[in-house]
Amino acid sequence: MKDLKTLIARRKFLDLLFAIVGLLALMVGVFTLLALIIDLALDGMSRLSLSFFFSYPSRFPEEAGILSAWVGTILVMFVTATTAVPLGIASGIYLEEYAPKNWFTDIIEINIANLAGVPSIIYGLMALGLFVYKLHLGQSVLTAGLTLGLLILPIVIMATREAIRAIPTSIREAAYAVGATKWQTVQDHVLPYSLGGILTGVIIGLSRAIGESAPLLTIGALTFIAFLPDPPLQTHFPFFSFEWLLSPFTVLPIQMFNWVSRPQAAFHLNAAAAGLVLLVMTLTMNGVAIYVRYLFRKRIQW
Amino acid sequence: MNLNSKKGQRRWLRERFITTTLFLAAFSSIVITGGIVGVLVFESMSFFQNVSLIDFLTDREWTPLFLNPHYGILPLITGTLVTTGVALLVAIPLGTIAAVYLSEYAPHRLRETTKPVLELLSAVPTVVYGYFALLFVTPLLQKIIPGLPGFNMLSAGLVIGVMIIPYVSSLSEDAMRAVPMHIREASYAMGATRLQTSFNVVVPSALSGIAAAYILGISRAIGETMVVAIAAGMQPNLTWDPTKPAETITAYIVQVSLGDLPHGSLGYQTIFAAGLTLFLFTLIFNIAGHVFRRRFREIY
Repeated sequence: MKDLKTLIARRKFLDLLFAIVGLLALMVGVFTLLALIIDLALDGMSRLSLSFFFSYPSRFPEEAGILSAWVGTILVMFVTATTAVPLGIASGIYLEEYAPKNWFTDIIEINIANLAGVPSIIYGLMALGLFVYKLHLGQSVLTAGLTLGLLILPIVIMATREAIRAIPTSIREAAYAVGATKWQTVQDHVLPYSLGGILTGVIIGLSRAIGESAPLLTIGALTFIAFLPDPPLQTHFPFFSFEWLLSPFTVLPIQMFNWVSRPQAAFHLNAAAAGLVLLVMTLTMNGVAIYVRYLFRKRIQW
Repeated sequence: MNLNSKKGQRRWLRERFITTTLFLAAFSSIVITGGIVGVLVFESMSFFQNVSLIDFLTDREWTPLFLNPHYGILPLITGTLVTTGVALLVAIPLGTIAAVYLSEYAPHRLRETTKPVLELLSAVPTVVYGYFALLFVTPLLQKIIPGLPGFNMLSAGLVIGVMIIPYVSSLSEDAMRAVPMHIREASYAMGATRLQTSFNVVVPSALSGIAAAYILGISRAIGETMVVAIAAGMQPNLTWDPTKPAETITAYIVQVSLGDLPHGSLGYQTIFAAGLTLFLFTLIFNIAGHVFRRRFREIY
């Protein structure tokens, strides 16, 4: 009897021990994230000023800034979004609502799952061989935007599919019952209800693209850019221009990589400041994504 | 719909047009894969016309940019394997324990708040992790291991390990939560503690899902670029010692991209041969991961 009691006590102790170990394991991740943010803030805070945001990169670390980098990031993201969002949503709709159950659909599905696991630098190699040298798009905003667009395509597709899958069949049957065609059903019922999930996926995908640098390094984007691309809106006729698409560029993560790979410590401070800006952008986007999901989940009750 | 009326025909045409457009969008993913494989194979072919496959796989030196070039991929492969190994030593225990804790132990509120925070680990840009590895983790490690060089695989591997914790934990947790409640209840009814239930019942039942999580984590670690490019030093080094600087396949591609190699030169083609090697590595792991994942979805 006494043996049994000690046995139970030991088992209970081990159980408690694991609960503590588990909590600690969780905390390793959380604390690393905190350490990373605090480290960046301590190093980079002193460099964060208005002039840092409105200066071009420079040989002198104190004068260098991220103007061309954040403008480049916005332009590249614009191209990325225009590539990945329509293509991703359309693919998602096709696979969930239209695709027949056959081997070809299976191949498309497996293929998308596999694309999601391809290292980002491989997309860069593809872009280098195809966009830069075959299609002669150069080391431009367009090439970069397309590359990142293809990179996040699987994320958008998967998010779209998951959002559509959550819609009960009864909704579609109701639409068919009153004579709607397939597309009318999708347009008026499936898409509005899945908007929250799709939006979440798009934001997460774009936040991944914003921080991505490896594929852009591969297409040869690490250059000294101390000018802004031609503005899309012009003061003279025809008032808009697409010159910026073919302009060379730099983006925030590449500017940061450039600074961190220099030996001088003063440039490391700039890297930390750029990293802080980048971190705030990506974490905010992820926060917004979580909030959007929460908002739509609350609003729609079947 | 009535195909005999004009309106019905127009509707039918519109539907056909939309279906075709959507199909083409979905088909584009196959075109992308075709593009990736096509570029890698095409450029590597011209590389392997100049360098024999046997040299590529057995030569112990990788010095394609030197006057006396050697094209042995082995040093890049050991670099990749060592950083991946260090990363897994961090990510697998921590990720698995975190997953068991979240699935079996954590109260609902704690799970709902910690999970998004853990997911954020994979949202941080990799270049920021590179900075963290080079300028925070390495100086810290140098206090513990005197004489540790400023560039080393250890700190890069450790940071990648933390980075892929969410990949390991989130899929493992999904697999464990998919184990039906009645299996756990049977174990509790026999008087087992939560710990015994977790490791004797839940983990074995979710094993294929957990294996899929590990494999996808491995695939991520192999393909990780910026952390190793920044923190591990960019010099090929045939060693299994994680405290040494070395170069991974991915870091080599970055190194070459930073220089100005003329298009079509043998040096330029090396990155495609290296890329093809990397692609094949991750492809094997991805396929294995999907096989395991599909299996665990089918069990219950």
